[in-house]
Amino acid sequence: MSDFMETFDRLRDEKRFAEVIAAVPYARLMGVECGEDANGELLFSLPFYERNVGNTTLPALHGGLIGGFLENAALLHLMWNRESLEAPKIVDFSLDYLRSGKAQTLHAQCEITKQGKRVAHVLIEAWQEDRKKPVAVARAHFLLSTGS
Amino acid sequence: MSHADAANPEVLKAMGELFVSLPHCRTLGFEYLGTVGRKPTLKVDWREDLVGNPASGVVHGGVITSIVDTTSAVSVAANMHDYETIATLDLRIDYLKAATPGKAIYCTAECYRMASQIAFTRAVCYHDSPDDPIAHGVATFMRGSNPKPMLQVEDKP
Repeated sequence: MSDFMETFDRLRDEKRFAEVIAAVPYARLMGVECGEDANGELLFSLPFYERNVGNTTLPALHGGLIGGFLENAALLHLMWNRESLEAPKIVDFSLDYLRSGKAQTLHAQCEITKQGKRVAHVLIEAWQEDRKKPVAVARAHFLLSTGS
Repeated sequence: MSHADAANPEVLKAMGELFVSLPHCRTLGFEYLGTVGRKPTLKVDWREDLVGNPASGVVHGGVITSIVDTTSAVSVAANMHDYETIATLDLRIDYLKAATPGKAIYCTAECYRMASQIAFTRAVCYHDSPDDPIAHGVATFMRGSNPKPMLQVEDKP
């Protein structure tokens, strides 16, 4: 178990969301925020920042940034909801873009569809004003054990 | 930088420069190295603030997603006869092995089918050689996705 996972474990127990995000440099660079919804499920948010734009004339968030935000959400969601302190490794990530990301806060929530011994499957959904109108949906596979 | 083999060299040059100059791409520090045939290559240097796993120093997968998306978009531009707006429809990344901390990541993409409404692309990310990839990506793009051009007329060379 790495120092990072020990730190993560402590931050999780104490629900220090901001510090969890701060521990991941790229999540901090994107400007990700994290908290819990009314049901105690993790909810990720990304306030609009000009530095995240990918189309300056619309303007719209960069597709790659949306991907990174969702992938990060999936990884943290999985780590948050697992007992094991081995960091999952992403195997593949598939993303469907449904609407352009406007100059507004982007939200994401995840669902662990399957958690096996070796592999976990996570669904991720991103939306802005209306959850029924997703900006993107994604799925990811994670390797849970290094097999060594 | 050679754009000679592009469907329209002027479009590729302008769109290539536009895509790496977008705010998000500047934030990540993308560099457009040029296009060989119709295959563009982009580079991103390792930086502490791009790390996804602080225990290992490995770059965040989101950076890979962004460079695959951007390089793939440039590969579509290499096949454009005139300026058009494109939008990513879907994207899949296979993480073949972990990137090495401290090393620059390169991405080379190609648009292997330019249909009337959809462009199909594939890309590899690597450190030293495309034959030893760290990630593989496939994507589709909607052509003519927005009537509002990504390049304003006055920006065109």
